[in-house]
Amino acid sequence: MSAWETVIGLEIHAQLATSSKIFSGASTAFGAEPNTQACAVDLGMPGVLPVLNGEAVNMAVRFGVAVAAEIGQESVFARKNYFYPDLPKGYQISQFELPIVGKGHIFINLEDGDSRKIGLTRAHLEEDAGKSLHEEFPGQTGIDLNRAGTPLLEIVSDPDMRSAKEAVTYARKIHSLVRYLEICDGNMQEGSFRCDANVSVRLKGEKELGTRAELKNINSFRFLERAINFEIERQIELIEDGGKVVQETRLYDSDRDETRSMRSKEEANDYRYFPDPDLLPVIVTDADIERIRAALPELPEQKKQRFIDELEVSDYHADLLTGSRETADYFEQALAQAPRLASQLANWILGDLSAALNKSDLDIQDSPITPPMLAQLVERIGDNTISGKIAKQVFEAMWQAQGSADEIIDARGLKQITDSAAIESLIDEVIAANPGQVEQFRAGKEKVLGFLVGQVMKQSRGKANPGQVNSMLRDKLK
Amino acid sequence: MFMTVREIQQGLVKKQFSSVEITRQYLQDIEQHNPLLNCYISVTADIALQQAQAADSAIAAGTNASLTGVPVAHKDLYCTDGVRTSCGSRMLDNFIAPYDATVIENFKRDGAIMLGKTNMDEFAMGSSNENSYYGVVTNPWNSERVPGGSSGGSAAAVAAGLAPAATGTDTGGSIRQPAALCGITGIKPTYGRVSRYGMVAFGSSLDQGGAFARSAEDCAILLQTMAGFDRRDSTSVDQPVPDFSSDPGQGIEGLKIGLPKEYFADGLDGDVARVIDTAIEEFRRLGANIREISLPNTGLSIPVYYVIALAECSSNLSRFDGVRFGHRCDNPVDLEDLYKRSRAEGFGEEVKRRIMLGTYALSAGYYDAYYLKAQQLRRMIKQDFERAFADIDLILGPTTPEVAFKIGAKTDDPVSMYLQDIYTISLNLAGLPGMSIPAGFVDGLPVGLQLIGNYFDEARLLNAAHCYQQVSDWHMQSPVLKS
Repeated sequence: MSAWETVIGLEIHAQLATSSKIFSGASTAFGAEPNTQACAVDLGMPGVLPVLNGEAVNMAVRFGVAVAAEIGQESVFARKNYFYPDLPKGYQISQFELPIVGKGHIFINLEDGDSRKIGLTRAHLEEDAGKSLHEEFPGQTGIDLNRAGTPLLEIVSDPDMRSAKEAVTYARKIHSLVRYLEICDGNMQEGSFRCDANVSVRLKGEKELGTRAELKNINSFRFLERAINFEIERQIELIEDGGKVVQETRLYDSDRDETRSMRSKEEANDYRYFPDPDLLPVIVTDADIERIRAALPELPEQKKQRFIDELEVSDYHADLLTGSRETADYFEQALAQAPRLASQLANWILGDLSAALNKSDLDIQDSPITPPMLAQLVERIGDNTISGKIAKQVFEAMWQAQGSADEIIDARGLKQITDSAAIESLIDEVIAANPGQVEQFRAGKEKVLGFLVGQVMKQSRGKANPGQVNSMLRDKLK
Repeated sequence: MFMTVREIQQGLVKKQFSSVEITRQYLQDIEQHNPLLNCYISVTADIALQQAQAADSAIAAGTNASLTGVPVAHKDLYCTDGVRTSCGSRMLDNFIAPYDATVIENFKRDGAIMLGKTNMDEFAMGSSNENSYYGVVTNPWNSERVPGGSSGGSAAAVAAGLAPAATGTDTGGSIRQPAALCGITGIKPTYGRVSRYGMVAFGSSLDQGGAFARSAEDCAILLQTMAGFDRRDSTSVDQPVPDFSSDPGQGIEGLKIGLPKEYFADGLDGDVARVIDTAIEEFRRLGANIREISLPNTGLSIPVYYVIALAECSSNLSRFDGVRFGHRCDNPVDLEDLYKRSRAEGFGEEVKRRIMLGTYALSAGYYDAYYLKAQQLRRMIKQDFERAFADIDLILGPTTPEVAFKIGAKTDDPVSMYLQDIYTISLNLAGLPGMSIPAGFVDGLPVGLQLIGNYFDEARLLNAAHCYQQVSDWHMQSPVLKS
């Protein structure tokens, strides 16, 4: 048992899904030719002025309401001053003293089944910077300002997490939440959802926080976990070897799976924050908050509870189904077609479907088996057209794009035999062929029945209804 | 050529002359007198003549707007699409603006002709026009004297008859002070009345566009074009714009005018005081009800201003980094070298001084003592005015403590230079509208009288100035130009 305790806080930058930038009318679409989506305002031309995109404010408030946060009724944009080539104005418009979203919290589920409350310090609106391109221009730096001015919501947690796993669970929860709220597309590869982690260690029982390092450049949950674990080990080793952790920013290098020092606090900027005189304070009224609250979509917690209460899905399954909006949407779309088969659908989605998706490294929204297709398969089990065992074959065939469940059942003649006469003749054959086992059963050896049922199923090539075979066989042998 | 905007409008409509004719005349006068006055940085003759031709066609077709065919000069701080916008700085010597400021758009919409871009203190920082990369502007009344600043080029151009009217910007007195020193009429409207979009920022919470002309009546015509809510400027105010340019007509009988005792205290030149006293008598004769008032925090305005304006400017000027536009040093060895040399070479002394002071005021550990404190005092200065305007309609006093000083007289003493703005600066801190109108002469140099109005009360301000100009002719005096 380690003597050390890890303390982690996350800063998440969620790119808000507005169609235009936070202070200009330029498009926020990803992947355009460099500098084709940067207008005079984004370029920081002399004389231009920012105009706030109201949709970004709405989205920030939507997030604040969803995490039970205090909403800043008067929040203020401030300038964060520093020089960098991809920061056109020489300052970033952000929020400092009065953020739009104040203290809030969410709950995460730990591995041991417990739930933990994670505090949110604040969430504030800011503009993104552009990108510096080093590789394309040997000896020079290219600058692409398409991203400059893209709205970000920076979500700052309290230092409430105690392991890399917890940090990832929290990050996934926020990721899921912003997707549910439709305020961020959550695409980590494109940088729409970025995590910075503040990591420190201290001896267990210690009250003071240790000196922290800020980890940047993490673009997946897997890397988040690895970066934090690397950093924890590095800090513990450093201290145990008599060294001291310095407060600094460290970049995570996923190729080498290590963090590297980027800049220490001593060389850090004095950002000289002050209220941006070009923008008025943002006023959010109680009525605005209520209007936004009323329009909130169903949130993961509510959805989970509804699945448990109304659909009788198990707690565990409900949690998994609502873990991502895509999974929940898939489930609900399938459920629309097979409304009485909720728990069976949950079993299939979280079992075979999820395994198949993992194996092919596919997201659920890209599944070759669509929700109505899966619903049809589950219905065919429910109405005894096929057995559960045959259903697995049908699922395989559907995954291979060989058609719908009904088409595959028809084409392969997989329809279950439920005709009593047909089953009876199979049973007679099996009784005749296995006199010894029949004798044993009649002598009271219950277990042998299973063998006989199996023989009948085999004769039917799996298509006989196993329940029906069971009861008919039992009658025959009385 | 000494004509008013009103006279040009009427002459054009009555076909006494064409826009091309008067535009040619102004361009000729500029060619003759600009070498000494240096009030234009760029003369846009081709554009002006094209616009004048179009104006003449519009007038002939009867599709003319309020300023169709009237030549105007623009302070070189307003972005003009396709035309160099230098801000009086080496930094932007090569900068061709890619868009029009809202004010410029408005002038184009109303048919005005652009004669050129006028000289100014670099990035509007200065009170004498000595801080220009393009050299000192001389005062048309005396070429050894400064024209005031920062809009010195615009003021000198109008005073010298090299433009009937010009735009300016006023952050701490940059319209009113040069108007006073050059003997013309200038108006700085309420903060938020004129869009700042496309005006290169100095102190964003203080900057306000305004106009110079030869009369209050002309200023009203210009302001009509310039004013109005602009979606692109979040600090522009969505207030209806009254009709300034209709004949103000009514007198100032019973108008309550306050004289702040702090504006007549030590520091005011005795001769200037006597000129102002005479003007006050004139206002009294016009029926104004004149009383003394107090603006007790006036003394704080200069230190408060220099903290706030400089803090804002230090941030506003960060975008001039040699990366995307403006001056870039030769062969930078790395990024830091690029920043340091581009900015060291591109900015002049006063601009660098202000960036450094402003950076200091915003630094960690100093922010509370300087910036935050200054904001608190700014509210007190504003409250002084709010209290005063509860009982009075207008405030009257001198625009500047003295007449135009000699070129070079204050260049080594920035604080004495800053004190030139003692009467003008507090309006910017409060966001109030103000005017300077000619009220007489001391030793052949013009004296300006300042009128201060309540928020969005420019109409009353213009009317009072107009009434005074009906019974005085100081504003119609013209200097004799050397060439």
